[in-house]
Amino acid sequence: MVRVLINVPKQMTAKEPFDVKVLISHPMESGQRRDQLGQTIPRDIINHFMCTLDGETVLEAEFFPAIAANPFLSFSVVAEKSGTLALTFTDDHGVTQTETAAITLT
Amino acid sequence: MMLPRRQLVLVAACAVVPRAVATPAEVGALIQALVGDAPLKDGLIHLDLPVMVENGNSVAMSVSVADPPSPVESIHVFAEGNPLPRVAVFRFGPRSGAPRVATRMRLATSQTVIAIARLRDGTCWRDSVDLLVTLAACIE
Repeated sequence: MVRVLINVPKQMTAKEPFDVKVLISHPMESGQRRDQLGQTIPRDIINHFMCTLDGETVLEAEFFPAIAANPFLSFSVVAEKSGTLALTFTDDHGVTQTETAAITLT
Repeated sequence: MMLPRRQLVLVAACAVVPRAVATPAEVGALIQALVGDAPLKDGLIHLDLPVMVENGNSVAMSVSVADPPSPVESIHVFAEGNPLPRVAVFRFGPRSGAPRVATRMRLATSQTVIAIARLRDGTCWRDSVDLLVTLAACIE
């Protein structure tokens, strides 16, 4: 579906917050633009984002057309043990995609 | 009985042309619906946006709450001058390290962007940035 880049720090320690950066390759068509024929280009955006760490919520986000194309997101996570970070995206067609990243504490 | 022709033309024009941007009143209503009767104060939350924006298609935005007295439930971002005033909603879960997020947004025109933080204790905090946009996000 879409290409996702996830960046987690190399070194992480328990109970120490760290930042996760996500870059999603998506046009985020706003539904406000028109093509050469004057027809509105239908809206196509990622409208929901959910990040969980072993099933526990980190961040849930709702996006609107005001989010730029190829959305970038940076947020903070705190872990108590090593686990898996799952990032789920839902687009306007109702398609969901889940990407994972391993969290290994030192 | 009959409207003067000039007025008639004006009325027709107003009826046909769709509204291009949201209005501060519209954003005010959205915020009112979000906050309800909880107190809304300035401060605590910090919205970081450039004051001068060269390209409205992609503007780095970050929003954070420093030392909240109770956990932050959600952060809502509104843009008064965009065709659709809502930008994003962020809800923080138990595994969130700090109530801060950064993303990139579109700006259709020079305007005021507002961020509202809602805390678990029910209080709401507000911050806003007035900015100038040189090249607007394309709506053509």
